[in-house]
Amino acid sequence: MLHFTPLKTAATLLTALFICLCAVPNFLPEETVKNWPKWAQRHIVLGLDLQGGSHILLEVDSEAVRKEKLQALLDDVRRVLRDARIGYTGLSVRGNAVEVRLREGTDQQQALAKLRDLSQPLTGMLAATGQRSLEVTDVGNGLFRLTPTPPAILERIRQAVEQSIQIIERRVNELGTVEPLIQRQGIDRILVQVPGLQDPTRLKELLGKTAKLDFRLVDATVTPQQAQQSGAPADAEILLGAKQREPYVIKKSVAVSGGDLTDAQPGFDQRSGEPVVNFRFNSNGARRFAQITQENVGRPFAIVLDNQVISAPVIREPIIGGSGQISGGFTVQEANDLSILLRAGALPAPLTIIEERTVGPGLGQDSIEKGKLASYVGSALVIVFMLVTYGLFGLFANIAVAINVAMIFGILSLLNATLTLPGIAGIVLTVGIAVDSNVLIYERIREEVRAGRTPINAMDAGFARALATILDSNITTFIAAAVLFYIGTGPVRGFAVTLGIGILTTVFTAFTLTRLIVAYWVRWRRPQRVPI
Amino acid sequence: MRLLRIVPDDTKFDFMRFRRISFPISAVLSIIAIALYFFHGLNFGIDFRGGTLIEVRVKAGEADLGKMRSTLGGLGLGEFQLQQFGSPQDVLIRISQQPGGELAQQAAVAKVRQALGDEVEYRRVEVVGPRVSGELLSYGVIGLMLAIASIFIYLWFRFEWQFALGAMIANVHDLVLTIGFMSLAQIDFDLTSIAALLTILGYSLNDTVVIYDRIREMLRRYKKMPMPDLLNASINSTLSRSVITHVTVTLALLALLLFGGQAIHSFTATMMFGVVLVGTYTSIFIAAPILIYLGVGLGREFGRDET
Repeated sequence: MLHFTPLKTAATLLTALFICLCAVPNFLPEETVKNWPKWAQRHIVLGLDLQGGSHILLEVDSEAVRKEKLQALLDDVRRVLRDARIGYTGLSVRGNAVEVRLREGTDQQQALAKLRDLSQPLTGMLAATGQRSLEVTDVGNGLFRLTPTPPAILERIRQAVEQSIQIIERRVNELGTVEPLIQRQGIDRILVQVPGLQDPTRLKELLGKTAKLDFRLVDATVTPQQAQQSGAPADAEILLGAKQREPYVIKKSVAVSGGDLTDAQPGFDQRSGEPVVNFRFNSNGARRFAQITQENVGRPFAIVLDNQVISAPVIREPIIGGSGQISGGFTVQEANDLSILLRAGALPAPLTIIEERTVGPGLGQDSIEKGKLASYVGSALVIVFMLVTYGLFGLFANIAVAINVAMIFGILSLLNATLTLPGIAGIVLTVGIAVDSNVLIYERIREEVRAGRTPINAMDAGFARALATILDSNITTFIAAAVLFYIGTGPVRGFAVTLGIGILTTVFTAFTLTRLIVAYWVRWRRPQRVPI
Repeated sequence: MRLLRIVPDDTKFDFMRFRRISFPISAVLSIIAIALYFFHGLNFGIDFRGGTLIEVRVKAGEADLGKMRSTLGGLGLGEFQLQQFGSPQDVLIRISQQPGGELAQQAAVAKVRQALGDEVEYRRVEVVGPRVSGELLSYGVIGLMLAIASIFIYLWFRFEWQFALGAMIANVHDLVLTIGFMSLAQIDFDLTSIAALLTILGYSLNDTVVIYDRIREMLRRYKKMPMPDLLNASINSTLSRSVITHVTVTLALLALLLFGGQAIHSFTATMMFGVVLVGTYTSIFIAAPILIYLGVGLGREFGRDET
């Protein structure tokens, strides 16, 4: 056990040295490290509870995605049947399917074939080979039901999440913050982490709005009061104003879509001086806009944002240039925010905030200080205790534990792992546990000495017998750490990571470093007795 | 140089004698712990119950809890709690989950911000909606059970089934007592508490395995020694290691408890109880003697003692 070939020695020392060096980038300033190769730059990331910042978990409204898909399917069915000149008497969304009833005497087979054509093979990751996006069933009596398959819906949700992530990125970047982290979580969730952000109120407002902007005509056939009493006409609906909540009757069909906007900038109205949003359309939108304004001079034209009416100005003259102004009693901030939202694009589905954790920088800094202090005190206590209990061998153990901790930092750096306050607690705990390995070895050696073995044999036997126990006992804590990593989030996960890595390095140093130090000391000193 | 010897060599305590006392005591304590859990309840944090947690620091002078309470009381937030948190300037505001789904939680935070205005510095804001809190709770429970099961299977591979069973009984008993303690002291029970429980489980087993390892070695060597004597010998021989390691872990935890600050206070307090107090006791007084009751060492009459 105490025999170390030069090769083994070199391998052990070099591995330990390399891993310890990996921890170095954490302590050097940015400029020095900038020019090193990428792999050498890897460093520990401070968790939000140490850095300060916001963590926001958003969920995509899957229900809305499903409804939208069914509505799109309904439009497709209408188009297909009209093109094929197949008459139908009923077409609606029912439950999670679109139902269509064909007129008597129509060619059912042809209709079925055309409808089946709408179903496409799925290519996304979630689909098994050969799966299709639609299930078309002939219920009988000319009634057909088209149901999107579950994988198709999942695929649509996945696309919605991807789109949302891009739009969120654009919106968050407007805040001018430090590199935010935006990633999907699970099937329908998005995690947004913005380090250094203190007041997430504005961020939440930017994320919470779908920002779907439409230009629609006002329905003048009834007054809002009449519509509220007896219902709106079939092709219109009642929408409320954004600020004053007064009712409007707005046509359902979209005249010009906000998707055709190419730019939106905050500004001030020439005459009244109030904050407004100046916008510009692409050629498609500009054409539509010109057409609608030409046909409807003198009529009110509503600007609808997320189903609320921002304003409904009367069209005074046709607007051919494709640019215009939105005013709705905005404050400067509101005009600014609306411009950001319009530039970034509308979210495909509403996002709900389901979890939010924000830590201010004051608390973050405090936590770092406390973490450091506890580490120093804890380590000092353990070091002193080991020296007092085992003397020289205590010193060996302390050296081994010190290298152990350096290796933990090194591995954390290589993994770009996140260090949280519980993570620091994990490191302090590891110091307490790492010492145990050495204690097991030393106590075993003492027993062997008492049993009558010679010093060298006692040390040899001590290491041999103790190492199996060390392995066994640490594995159980490792299993606990692994489970915790799997089920934990955020700070707790940080704890699991440092604990788990700490156990690995502890076992490594017990098997190699402590043995190495003792072996070389024996060779150098040739002791007559074991000094513990 | 004279080294510190906390435990003298060749101790010969008769630990097994106490098993007739320790088992009933443990059974009673466990029942008390379970009763505490059901009747006194755990102080579930927002991680598991949903709701809002706001930590504020008053910018000038000390926090006037009474005034804050009446200010917040007028906001229609339902149940909420205020408590001092660390220094006289720090206040922890806990608001229970608002009815109305995820959006209502956000509205509550906005109301509080508006009410308290500029007088305070917001150190930390945490909002957990109903969906996430439900998930965290089930993950936490599943995690604990998964850990217990995996460790049991691992022990079964390494030792015989009696050892695995003995270890699990002893260590689940640890968890039960720790949960009882958390209920009694009304320590915040959140995700970090699950971390503490899992660590206590892992670390206590650490201890138990060391003793079992020695017992297994002695079973092989001393085929004729009666079980109580063998168990005593095993524990006595590992006693100094156990004590020394417990001292070092206690020192590390003590540093965390005294200097680690309020943020991890509930975590370290739980660990202290579970690892230091309970873990030691169960490894010696439950995990070892239980082997007798599980029938370890019977049928060993044949064979001679090795020396």
